[in-house]
Amino acid sequence: MALLEVSNLGIAFGGLQAVSQLDMTIEKGHLYGLIGPNGAGKTTVFNMLTGVYRPTEGNIILDGKDITGKNPEAISKAGIARTFQNIRLFNEMSVLDNVKVGMHNQVPYGLWTGILRLPAYREKEHEMNRKAHALLKIFDLDEQADLKASQLPYGKQRKLEIARALATNPKLLLLDEPAAGMNPNETEELMQTVRSVRDQFGIAILLIEHDMNFVMGICEEIMVLDYGRMIARGDGKAIRNNPKVIAAYLGGD
Amino acid sequence: MALTRLKHMKKTTRSNLITFGIVIVFYLVVEALMAGGLTSSSFEGQLVPICAYVVLAISLNLTVGFLGELSLGHAGFMSVGAFAGVLLWTVLGKTLPAYVALPLAFLAGGLVAGIFGVIVGVPVLRLSGDYLAIVTLAFGEIIKNIINACYLGYDENGLHFSLTDAASMGLAPDGTTLINGAMGITRITKASTFTMGIALVLITLVVILNLIHSRTGRAVMAIRDNEIAAQSVGVDLTRYKLTAFVISAVFAGFAGVLYALNYSSLVARRFDYNTSIQILVFVVLGGMGNIRGSIIAAALLTVLPEMLRGMDDYRMLIYAIVLIVMMIFNQSPQIVAWRKRVAARFTRKKGAPAPQKEVA
Repeated sequence: MALLEVSNLGIAFGGLQAVSQLDMTIEKGHLYGLIGPNGAGKTTVFNMLTGVYRPTEGNIILDGKDITGKNPEAISKAGIARTFQNIRLFNEMSVLDNVKVGMHNQVPYGLWTGILRLPAYREKEHEMNRKAHALLKIFDLDEQADLKASQLPYGKQRKLEIARALATNPKLLLLDEPAAGMNPNETEELMQTVRSVRDQFGIAILLIEHDMNFVMGICEEIMVLDYGRMIARGDGKAIRNNPKVIAAYLGGD
Repeated sequence: MALTRLKHMKKTTRSNLITFGIVIVFYLVVEALMAGGLTSSSFEGQLVPICAYVVLAISLNLTVGFLGELSLGHAGFMSVGAFAGVLLWTVLGKTLPAYVALPLAFLAGGLVAGIFGVIVGVPVLRLSGDYLAIVTLAFGEIIKNIINACYLGYDENGLHFSLTDAASMGLAPDGTTLINGAMGITRITKASTFTMGIALVLITLVVILNLIHSRTGRAVMAIRDNEIAAQSVGVDLTRYKLTAFVISAVFAGFAGVLYALNYSSLVARRFDYNTSIQILVFVVLGGMGNIRGSIIAAALLTVLPEMLRGMDDYRMLIYAIVLIVMMIFNQSPQIVAWRKRVAARFTRKKGAPAPQKEVA
């Protein structure tokens, strides 16, 4: 059974049908790309998958459980994590604490345990620190663990956002334009990181990206969205030669 | 030895210990001065209010600085806490020994303030920014006016209550009036001491600082920094907003009891809009999210007006100007950039030589 099964998904904002009749299956451990011209509805799909928007039609099944229309907290607990197109970090908190907030539901303890510093507090905090440092190390951020998130340079902020998403222990990770604003070297490095994250954590990754080298370079399967509908899906080569895709990007009859 | 250990400690732990140290040193110095007869009676009269305002400032900082919501009704929570605590103290203080009745009075004050925190918080925390400020402001005023119109007494037939006047309570001639409308509660047996105040400050510090450095505190700060991102990692917004808001209210209730038990009478008028603003000034001046700053600002701004009695007419005017200046100083992009430049120049002087010299 597929990890994520989306069937007939659609959403309308008033009279505007932003996404319609979207079907999508995502298998465990694979890397997927979601591409399309500006305004095609890519981020809207992410927002429906993560509960920010409630779909007006269709179903989203994650690992056999129906998560359609659930709120973002519930979906995070169910196992979908994401990053944002415009970076959303906890700017005034330390890099380490950003990741620890990500572990909110992974290493839980109660209000009173924290206030009264019960024995479980030390134990759980220790566990969190250990896990958080290990995650930061993967993204080469452990040196900056005590800095405020806002003090990190742009590329590192993008990485921290991925680290925070991974801290929620997801089954599926959604990356919204992870390479946006990065130079070619940083993009190359990010490709390595994304690939190694997939291999190390064994999770499925779905990413939106405009950098075609990035998408073609790492995604095993690419889905193309135009005017809220999926117009093609397949591997890089098939997509590149698909006349519908070329028409969507370059215009055509 | 102890100092070297202090240096190697984690930054946050060290900072917390310094905060506790300041409070304890303040207590010891004041106690020593009092024992030596070096303090004026007007200063001694300020000691309990200082402690109460410090607790209020720390607790409001939890809402304003850590949760990031502007609340203008903190005096309202202080008020309900004060009335609940004093009522219990008046009733129980006659029969139970003080060491039982007093803690119960404090607990009652905190509990009632906490309940009001839930009642106000559940609908209000769905709002944000200006709207939250407006509703909390209204809450404070409503509480003040309701308590002002409250008449409560008891006789052998039980409790009597009225919202119109003393006569309509229907109290027997030998009954006792507890709350007498706008006159409030009178003939309170004063019970607050400076030591009690400092104890409450320390308890508040332990609870709030531990809270901030726990999972709950991080969730609260995450909501402040970015609601959408907090939700996306599984933080329940309503739950943590409410938790912070209610804890803040509970401590305002404790502070209200401490404050009220320092005087022989208690009227609702004392906890008005100006008091809420005053507490907010402590928080803003001390730095939002800065607990130590709240303590120092609350203590200084409670003592200063007493010393500068001549300027009493202008106090609220000065507060307003200080608030505006602080907001601009902390928020205006140009001024923030200017402050960074100045700070950078200072750190460069202290640290390595300027980069140009290295090139030459």
